[in-house]
Amino acid sequence: MTAKTETRTRRLPFERIPVRRIILVALSLAIIYGVVAGSAATLQTGTFSGADWRTLVVNGLARGSVYALIAIGYTLVYGVLFMINFAHGEVFMSGTYTSFFVATALAESGYLNEHPLISIGILFVVSMVVSTVVAIILERLAYRPLRGAPRLVPLITAIGASLFLQYTFRGLYGANVRAYPEIAAIQGTWEIFGFDFLKKQVIVIVAAMIFWLILYLVVAKTKTGRAMRAVGEDREVAALMGIDVDRTIVATFAIGGALAGAAGILFVFVFNQVIFIMGFLPGLKAFTAAVLGGIGSISGAALGGLVLGVLEAIGPNLFLTGANVPSPNQLQPVVAFGILVLVLIFLPGGFLGSDEEERA
Amino acid sequence: MALLELNNVSAAYGPVRALEGVSLEVNDGEIVCLLGSNAAGKTTTLRTILGMVPAHKGEIRFNEERIDELRTQDIVGRGVTMVPENRRLFAKMSVRENLEIGANLRTDKKEIREDMERVFVLFPRLKERIGQRAGTLSGGEQQMLAIGRALMAKPSVLLMDEPSMGLAPILVEQVFDTIKEINELGTTILLVEQNAHVALSIADRGYVLQTGRIVLHDEAHALLEHPQLSQAYLGELD
Repeated sequence: MTAKTETRTRRLPFERIPVRRIILVALSLAIIYGVVAGSAATLQTGTFSGADWRTLVVNGLARGSVYALIAIGYTLVYGVLFMINFAHGEVFMSGTYTSFFVATALAESGYLNEHPLISIGILFVVSMVVSTVVAIILERLAYRPLRGAPRLVPLITAIGASLFLQYTFRGLYGANVRAYPEIAAIQGTWEIFGFDFLKKQVIVIVAAMIFWLILYLVVAKTKTGRAMRAVGEDREVAALMGIDVDRTIVATFAIGGALAGAAGILFVFVFNQVIFIMGFLPGLKAFTAAVLGGIGSISGAALGGLVLGVLEAIGPNLFLTGANVPSPNQLQPVVAFGILVLVLIFLPGGFLGSDEEERA
Repeated sequence: MALLELNNVSAAYGPVRALEGVSLEVNDGEIVCLLGSNAAGKTTTLRTILGMVPAHKGEIRFNEERIDELRTQDIVGRGVTMVPENRRLFAKMSVRENLEIGANLRTDKKEIREDMERVFVLFPRLKERIGQRAGTLSGGEQQMLAIGRALMAKPSVLLMDEPSMGLAPILVEQVFDTIKEINELGTTILLVEQNAHVALSIADRGYVLQTGRIVLHDEAHALLEHPQLSQAYLGELD
């Protein structure tokens, strides 16, 4: 009798812990061990100096700024329509790639390096306009007819639209990688606080901050921004306030598209090349950034982008060099998408997600 | 002539018929109430007027012009608006933003500011909470804000869907006093209520709906004394 109760009480704690929980804890312990051990080994070898780390961080912030700007497009559309626009990477590609031809023409005429400021302005305008137009067409033709459909339907459509756009632009612009013309004025370094920084990286980070700030003000302070938030909260009551719901949704896509176009110019400042599939990986990484920061949150997109960029730049070097993994930087996507999986498992709301608010 | 007029209107949710040949009219300056038990079609009537549910038969006129083909936002633009059931505020926005968004279609900045002051005279509590998020307000305050938000559109006809729902009795009385006050300031009101006695006490006329049809309509005081009103039509009147 006593023995029986004892076994029962002993077994109870195990029965209460679900297998899933055990696997998750084991997984997280393994990851923590891998990261700590790898980092410790790397730091002991002393392969990287302090300056190297600083370079990596700035590099990460620059690419993270680009992710952040693209991520805003995902987050805005999700905030208003609760759908993931997986073709957003192609919106980014369309403007960037189109601006390549303008940049080449400007470079060949010599105008690009005579008037770099005006030229960069032109490139921004071209890229932003094209991306905006593509985003608007996408909404009108692919998503609006499916407004009332189950959520899975526009998601599948988005993937189809993504491939459609990729191969349309392949047909239009060709299948090759093309070198984006270099702008002499943004090469070289600036000395800030006694350290040397690459000019283009500084420009990318500052420009992204400015775009983000403008967007933040638009959403927080303007009538259009207020309409976007209203449609996101309650579409029917938004219409009851006299808000034109269709036009507000178009505005959301347009703003996301314009920022993706701007991100494209910053992207080529750093990476110097364009190709028709260039939207795919940055698009997915920006999506990861949006989820990491908390999808639906504009500040979250910025935070998620920067965190992802820095982790991607530092992570492989820090975690893997010490473990004797050859060419760790090839594994950047592993870090990015590893983060996506971990966030979805452990922190589905992201850093600034509004999970609880919506439940309340 | 009636300000708002429904003529033989039918509406349905998919295959489910919700309204069958409903005719009613609301004259300028009146409070008209729409009574009936659950699922009688009261809310549907209001939603049909605002184009949220399409009327597949009949016509709806406002100021003599047909509005049954218009989109919700355009109907609102002509001067009809609604305090929806369960208030449905923008919970993440502040009290001020909720009021401002009520005036979304208006451009007369100075008058919008004056109207906001008028709402604060009506509901001083809202002024105290102006920067607070609407989702954090109490039930009574939320109802005040929902009414205030609708008033900011400066409607000539205000539809109200169960404004007393979920409120303590003392607040119900206060809300109905306010409705009367709003009406005296010149807004015509079409009111949907479960609470028939309170509603009829402030109304000029009333209609009783049963399974999507109007079965009774009369002056409010006559309805109050109608022998069959409670047992036959409203079910849960005490």
